[in-house]
Amino acid sequence: MQTSLESSSPQGGEPVLSLNGISKSFPGVRALHDVSLELHAGEVTALIGENGAGKSTIVKILTGIYTPDAGDVIVGGTRRQFLSPRDSWAAGIAAIHQETVMFDELSVAENIFMGHMPRTGTGFVDWPSMRQRAAELLKSIDADFSPDTKLKQLSVAQKHMVEITRALSHEASVIIMDEPTAALSRNEIDDLFRIIAHLKSEGRAIVFISHKFDEIFRVADAFVCLRDGEKVGAGKISGITEPKLVSLMVGRPIDQVFPKRDIAIGDVLLKVEGLSNATEFADISFELRRGEILGFYGLVGAGRSEAMQCLFGMSIASHGNVTLNGKPLKISTPGDAISAGISYVPEDRQDQGTILQLGIRENITLASIALHVQGIFLSKPSEISAVRKLGKRLDVRAAHWEQRLGELSGGNQQKVVIAKWLATKPKVIILDEPTKGIDVGSKAAVHDFIGELAEEGLAVILISSELPEIMGLADHVVVMQEGRIASIFARETWSAEAIVSAATGARKVA
Amino acid sequence: MKCLLKNREMALAIIISIMVIGISIYAPAFATTESVTSVLNDTSILCMLALAQMIVIITRGIDLSVASNLALSGMLSASLAQNYPELPIIAYIAVATGTGLVLGLINGGLIAMLGIPPIVVTLGTLAIFRGMIVVYGGGNQVNASEMGDIFQSFPKLTFLGLSTIFWIMAAVAVIVWLFLEMTRTGRGLYAVGGNPVAARYCGIDLQRQQLLVYAISGAISGLCGYLWVSRYGVAYSEIASGFELTVIAACVIGGVSIAGGVGTVAGALLGALFLGVIVNALPVMQITPFWQMAISGAVILTAVVVNARVEKRGVKLILPEARRLAGAIK
Repeated sequence: MQTSLESSSPQGGEPVLSLNGISKSFPGVRALHDVSLELHAGEVTALIGENGAGKSTIVKILTGIYTPDAGDVIVGGTRRQFLSPRDSWAAGIAAIHQETVMFDELSVAENIFMGHMPRTGTGFVDWPSMRQRAAELLKSIDADFSPDTKLKQLSVAQKHMVEITRALSHEASVIIMDEPTAALSRNEIDDLFRIIAHLKSEGRAIVFISHKFDEIFRVADAFVCLRDGEKVGAGKISGITEPKLVSLMVGRPIDQVFPKRDIAIGDVLLKVEGLSNATEFADISFELRRGEILGFYGLVGAGRSEAMQCLFGMSIASHGNVTLNGKPLKISTPGDAISAGISYVPEDRQDQGTILQLGIRENITLASIALHVQGIFLSKPSEISAVRKLGKRLDVRAAHWEQRLGELSGGNQQKVVIAKWLATKPKVIILDEPTKGIDVGSKAAVHDFIGELAEEGLAVILISSELPEIMGLADHVVVMQEGRIASIFARETWSAEAIVSAATGARKVA
Repeated sequence: MKCLLKNREMALAIIISIMVIGISIYAPAFATTESVTSVLNDTSILCMLALAQMIVIITRGIDLSVASNLALSGMLSASLAQNYPELPIIAYIAVATGTGLVLGLINGGLIAMLGIPPIVVTLGTLAIFRGMIVVYGGGNQVNASEMGDIFQSFPKLTFLGLSTIFWIMAAVAVIVWLFLEMTRTGRGLYAVGGNPVAARYCGIDLQRQQLLVYAISGAISGLCGYLWVSRYGVAYSEIASGFELTVIAACVIGGVSIAGGVGTVAGALLGALFLGVIVNALPVMQITPFWQMAISGAVILTAVVVNARVEKRGVKLILPEARRLAGAIK
């Protein structure tokens, strides 16, 4: 779908930086395809797209972490190749990350000049001039803390200011801000926007990445919209409306991708009412039926995983009731949840699921070990028969079941983790981003498998940031925004635009 | 891994055999039955402490207080014998083991409840437990003549030419093996050490496990306290000083990974035996004790380097032929 918004640069003049026909692929995944964009001096360009649309790949190409497979990066009229973050830094590109990565124990001045500290003739650090320059730079963006402060004493907003100062110390002409407002209060956001205005007036080009439409419309001059690794629209922000931007982000035929199985949905199995904790989520209420796939959609950081982890006993809720099969359920540890029949397959299946030093058998039976205890000892034959069944069902490729998990390929390790959770014979299975980081072919297999689980009468909670996945598989979708349920949609009445608007907190789609 | 580990333990066993044969050729006195049984008897306490330490290290922990615990428990037990020399032997053993258990629970409690790193807690209790010996006994020592016969004769009883200490060690080894290999809790220890986050998702309670492993380590140290004091016939504040490092060395040589999650009973026993052979053989070969330390140090480094090479990631078996080969070897 091409739009009429595709236009030439919103402003005349030579761009500070342009990308021409950039493509980048990873094994099995096309991250970017033929993307071009231009950044102009004194302009804020918003980079818009769903999770996985390719925004962070662009940032990584600009900052020299990835090298593009095809296409040119042109800075100040000359073609450049960034082989390392150092190259990109030297070309005047600086990035300010969502979570600041700096040195907590060092002073602000040291953080600003780390890697390019001024030196005296004898080769030692020139502390007086470093402090003085740091103070000047901080003053230029109205920062009210001293360059001698230790970084750990600063707030997140102030750390952002240090990062901006660090970019200024290097005369960066392009400053990339990746969700800079995610952890900021309203006042701090206002301060940040004042700084952005100041940077604009100095003629710097700014890339602004945010999911929040109100911020985009407040601060950006131009936008570039990505979807599935392709540029689907670009232009001046004044020439577009919020609903149009939303439909540009999501607009695509979804229903054909994942054929939905026709599954008879049973009685209410799990009922959650008003689940809350102090800081992460509040008033989470929903019902889940046998054979139902319930999608949880939202932006990264909307509190979906946190709420589900609490349901699984990984954290303690401050309020809320959970009933399973009509009986009240008290879950305070993951062990309680497992014995009640709830399984949780974590998002990072390798880091949070595998025990590489142990064998396949030990890994698969780990969560369901109680089923294999006879007297005081474990029964190995009972373990082996369970492992054999699940290993076959999930097609785990291994030399033998005693093989150490660390010797298997990543894909097979993931299968073992899923086998582990099915081994607990769950009634409810929570899948957190089950297809994150896996290739297209395996994705289809996972989707098929999720359908199969539902068909067997399991109730499935599917946390996913991929809208097509949710819309292809789920019967209902719970949309979370900033820790609360924004909306619950049924399959019959939902639309991609409505779901995304609810997730991003955009005003009603016209 | 299982088969790899077996191979590694096999390798250690072979190295020990070669050493014994080599030493015997050089010094025939070493090849006698008495000499071999004396190595086994002498090494038994180290073996038990290495098993206890292994259980702790598997969970990514460390217990530096074992030798101090041993000394304090041994002191209390000896002092009981000094005051009541006619009690049944089980009373002295129970006091030592019970004291060790309580001291271990103190470690476990601080680590599990307050979340203080094990190395810090046990470094602290290492000093505190030793200090308590002086506070309790006023710096006095209990000598063999004061302990009474019941207390002292038990470890010297023999069966099949091997002392009670050896047989107690054998029993401890069997129990530890059953615990680690055959019980749910034992399996959980490997899981916690291998990947604490994944273990937590599986409903394994880390704090309960920490309390348990330091309690086990403490109880075994206490038991060894009685055995040590009764065998050597003296209890004072400095016994077994620094022995915790020998114990940890035995574990490392035996292939117990300091990073957690890896370790077998056979490995720990062989590691301890290896050090026992060196300690007993060098005097026979008229090599000074300073060389002993240098040699065990070199062996530890070698063991760590070998471990690091074997454990190195990236040895995945993805090729079908590689998988077949691995299956065939088993």
